[in-house]
This record gives sequence, structure tokens and C-alpha cells, in this order.
Amino acid sequence: MSSEKIIYSTDGLPLDVSLKKAERRNKLRALFLVAPLFLFLVITYLFPLSDMLFRSIDDRMITGKLPNTYKAMEQWDGKELPEEPVYAAIYEDLSFLKKNKTYGKIIARLNYEKGGFSSLIKKTVRKINKFEKGNYKEQFIKAHKRWGQIGYLRALKSTAPKYTVAKYLKGVDLLFDEDRNIIQVEESRRMHKTLWVRTFKVALWVTVFCFILAYPISHLLATLPMKYSNLLMICVLLPFWTSLLVRTSSWMVLLQQQGPINDLIVMLGIAPNDDRPELMYNVIGTFVAMTQILLPFMVLPIYSVMKTISPSLMRAGISLGGTPFMAFRKVYFPLTIPGIGAGSLLVFIIAIGYYITPALVGGASGTLISNTIAYHMKSSLDWAFASALGTMLLVGVLTIYWIFNKLVGIDNIKLG
Amino acid sequence: MSLPNYTSLNYRIWHYTYLTICGLVFFFLIAPLFVILPLSFNAEQYIHFSEKMIALDPEGFSLRWYKDMIYGTKNPWGLAAKNSIIIAFFATIGATVLGTVAALGLSSRHMPYKAAFMALLILPLIVPLIISGVAIFFFMAKVGLAATHTGIIIAHIILGTPFVVITVTATLTGFDHSVTRAAASLGSNPVNTFMKITLPLILPGVISGALFAFVTSFDEVVVVLFLAGLDNTTIPIQMWVGLREQLSPTILAVATCLIVMSILILVSAELLRRRSERLRGINR
Repeated sequence: MSSEKIIYSTDGLPLDVSLKKAERRNKLRALFLVAPLFLFLVITYLFPLSDMLFRSIDDRMITGKLPNTYKAMEQWDGKELPEEPVYAAIYEDLSFLKKNKTYGKIIARLNYEKGGFSSLIKKTVRKINKFEKGNYKEQFIKAHKRWGQIGYLRALKSTAPKYTVAKYLKGVDLLFDEDRNIIQVEESRRMHKTLWVRTFKVALWVTVFCFILAYPISHLLATLPMKYSNLLMICVLLPFWTSLLVRTSSWMVLLQQQGPINDLIVMLGIAPNDDRPELMYNVIGTFVAMTQILLPFMVLPIYSVMKTISPSLMRAGISLGGTPFMAFRKVYFPLTIPGIGAGSLLVFIIAIGYYITPALVGGASGTLISNTIAYHMKSSLDWAFASALGTMLLVGVLTIYWIFNKLVGIDNIKLG
Repeated sequence: MSLPNYTSLNYRIWHYTYLTICGLVFFFLIAPLFVILPLSFNAEQYIHFSEKMIALDPEGFSLRWYKDMIYGTKNPWGLAAKNSIIIAFFATIGATVLGTVAALGLSSRHMPYKAAFMALLILPLIVPLIISGVAIFFFMAKVGLAATHTGIIIAHIILGTPFVVITVTATLTGFDHSVTRAAASLGSNPVNTFMKITLPLILPGVISGALFAFVTSFDEVVVVLFLAGLDNTTIPIQMWVGLREQLSPTILAVATCLIVMSILILVSAELLRRRSERLRGINR
């Protein structure tokens, strides 16, 4: 028997080769179309995100400024005051920094490691020109007594590694002690754990409130005849398209002490006029405003899922002997879960990183983690710490996103 | 929604409770926006419904805050509006072009690793804005684009593209690819096919994506807060600054203008959505 006949396409190649070639060309064409945006995002977005991650652990600035010191300290076990060579190395580094006038940065860094370094370095640098050659240990201790305290030298040694996770530890109220053990920070300075918990709680409760409020109106919108539902849909879409700051300012108007809601409370006699309740600059304000602002993000996905559910399913459930409640619970509700999932994900993720509204109506007790990030970016200028907090938040959000993607699928995110 | 007369009393009670609850939720959604409107016409300096306003006395109302918005001394709103429009315009164009082209590739049957690419391209939508702001700020400072219009425009293109990708891929799911093959078999090159056949059909999706990108840019404040210098102040930034200092009636006048703008955007978005649904209906 002869072997199978090879079919040729018009260009003279065997058909399967030709087909593969065409498919590869199509694949390349698709990739070529995605490429511009992909490259754009890699350069302007993914690279900066990884740069942020890197900044959060990067401690090379000080490593580069005190090279001799760290080298000399390598051998030192930290049990007793170091010997002469270490002090000689410190002298070498500090006098070099003094000559270039570049010691400002290391002061801030060292002072962060242990309070008191600021005056120690400043004073020493002022006197360093008068140091004589040899016997540096004695001269250093004479210049400032803290050079004779082992704690400061240990702290100095602990800044030697190029990379550090100290900022991440600080993000959850932990720190390295002088012996590189991880311990909790003093009780009065523990604030970040509270912030994380509060941020998580606010995001969770806002999601729950949004769900409770969104479910009935999504159902109404999905079941009403078109001409009514289109009209009501405006109530959902108008806030959705309106500037966030406009909506926040409307809440500031409503919640202020002399505002309409307080007027109503006084009118109804719930509170006396001279003792109006504080509705703003606390967690209540954050809750109410965030729920209203994020509600459309919950309504739209649930609505779009509910619209695809045939009303005959509920009727079938009831006609088979179920009560309306049972039919709802066993038939209707399970069908809406993809919409609930998508809406909850959107609301939760937006809420957990929310910045503007808590900053304006939250006051001190209503600030969230993102406000802290902004504070460290703009005010305290501890960019490494801001980056560490940002990375932690990012990892949290991406984990939620990933779990959601496994459970429900991102295709359920619909807009309008 | 009238009920058939065989329904039980319990069901009726439940039904009307349900409608009341829905009514309250709709009120909660929409009412806060409309508190601003009358107060922006307040003749007094306080953000408070004055007695004259409640009595609907014409003397209680005035346009003074609108005048202040336009002609006020050291008025920041003119520059802010100009910047906002310039930035939003270019960011919209950039996001729409990049996003539409990428969506075309993503919707192709032959696209490898589709889910991974999709997840990556909509990442800027998932990552909290504050993190995007921090990361983009570091980048712009490094390449010397901090406090420039270009830097802010690039940032807004990043934030706008996911919306375009999502809306255009959604439009393309109902797209009949045989029409482009027909065009190709009749001798049209891919660019020509796209301009003459594909684009007109997916245009509603593209425009609604563009609207999203525009609003995202026009409304964006977190990233701009990090990037903007004194010359790049935008309307949201000015509102932010104003709201932090003190709630002034001028801000409410600006807010009213923005509400009017969002009504216009909403109407055009709705019209587009309906047109796109109609077009897709015909394709099927």
C-alpha cells in the first residue's frame, strides 16, 4: 500500500506546514497588537512598582558612606567596646564625609536606628579637624561620651547590611533590638497594627453595607419594566460618573455640625441644639461616605447578573412546592453569587486602598493605612517606609484578587 | 408595580416594605448630590440653609460664588480647569489608542497566554491608587518628569487603559469576525479593514472606554497629588486643597458645575450603551 497522500496548498507547501505558518503569523499579529500597551505598562508601571519594592529594603546609602567603618567592625563581636582600628576607620569615614559635606543623610539614618546619634555625629564632625593622628579611641570618647557607650556602636554596626527588612517589621510594630532579635516596639508607639486592623475592618464593613443596600435595589432594577428601571438607573449611574471630590464635599456639607442631618436630629429632639453630635472627623463619617460612594460598584455587577436570571425560575421553584423564601434561597440567590463576588471584590479592593474620603472626613480616628502611606511620602519623607507599607498593601490586594480570580473569574467585572 | 389581587396579605406587606427599602436606598444614593446645588446659590457666606432660602425668598439666592469662581482674586480655578482639560484630553487619546489596539489583540483567537496578559493589562485598576501614586512618583522623579504635564498625562494613560481594554474587549466578544475576513478576501489590507469595517462597528465600545478614561483623568487626584507642582494644579487638586482648608461656597459652585458635566457624560454614555446593544443585536 502506498503511504498517505500529502496535500499541498496553493503556495506549494504541504497543507499542515502552511497552516502552521498561518497560525504562527496570526499569533504574532495578536502579540504585535498587545505589545505597545504591554511595553508601555512594563516601563512606566511594572518597573516602578518593582522599584518601589526594592526601595523598601534598600539600605545601601549608608553602607556606601561608611565603608571603612563596616569593614573594621566585621570582626567585632559587640560584647565590649571595640579596639583602636574600628575608631580609626570611623575617623577616616567621618573626616571624608566632612570634607565633602555629605554627612547630613547618615545623621537621619543613624538617628532613626537609635535616638541621640544626631547630636553625637554633629558634635564629633565639628571637632574632627582637631583630631591628632593615633589614639583615636580616646579622642572620640573625649569628643562625645556616647562613643564610649556600647549601645551606639552596636547600633552603628547593625546598619551595615546592604538590604534590610526593618521597614517591614516597623509596619507591623516590630523592630530589631541591639542583638538583632525581633521584638515588639514600646506600647505607646504601637500604631500600625491598629491601622491595619482598622483599614481591614472598614473595608469589610463597607463591603457588607454596600451588599445589603445594593442587593434589593439591584433586584428592583433587574425586574422592573425597562422604562422605569432606566429612570432609576440614573440614581446609580449619576453618582458613579460624578467626581469623587464632589461626592465627598457633599458629605462634608451634610455631616458638618451645622449641617442638614444635624438640623434634623435637633428638630426631632434626639439631641439638644447646643450639643450637636460629631458626625464627621471620625469613623462614622468615613463609613457613611464610603458606603454611599462605593455603592454603585456593588450595584452594577449584581444588576448585570440578575438581569440574566429568568423570572420563570423563581416561579418554577414556587410551583414545585417551595415557599417564596425557599425558592429565593435555593434558586435565585445562588445564581447571583458571581455578581456578588465581583461587586464585593471591587468594593473591598477600592475601600482598602481608599485615601481621599478618609483624609477629608475621617479625622484622626478615621485615617486608614493609605493616609499613613501618604503621610510618610509627603511629610515625614520616610520613603522607604512608605514603600514598605505600600508593598504590604499591594501584596494583600493582589492575594485577594488572585483568590477571587480562582473562585469567580475576573470576566465578571463589568462596567455599566 | 401593581400586584395581582390573589396575593396574600403577608406578601403585600413584604412587597411594600421591599419597595420602601429600595426607595430609601435610592434616596441615600442620589440625595447627597442635590444638597450641593441650592447651597451653591446661597447669598450668605455660610454653608447652611438660611431662613431666606427656606422661605424661597429671591434675596436668599445669588450668583456671587459663581462670580467668585470665575473672576475672584488670585483665582486658581481658571488655570486648574485649563490644566485638567489639557491633561484629560491627551490622556484620553493615549489610553484609547493603546487600549483599543491591545483589546484587538487580546480578543484574537490566536492570542497566547490571554488570561495572563489580560490580568496584567488591567492591573492598574486593581492596584490601590495610593500605591500607583507612590510607584509612579518615584519613576517620574527618576526620569525627570515629576511636576510636568507630560508626567501626569503618562500617569493618567496608565490609569485609563484598563477601562478601555475592558469595554472594547466586551464589545468585541459579540463581534462577527467573518466581516473582516470578507474585507480581506476582497483585497483590503489590515489597516484599511480596521478603519473601514472594524472600527465603525466597535466605535460605541471605544467611545465609552474613552469616556471612562476621560473621567478617570479628569477626576483623578491621588496620583496627581504626588506628581503635580504649582503649575500643574488641576480641578480635583484645587478642590482637595480647598476642602482641607475650609468648606467654602465657591467649592460648591465648582462642584455644581462638575455635577452638570457628569450629567452630560452620563447621558452620552447611556446613549452609546444603547446604540452598542442595538448594533450587537443586529450582528446576531
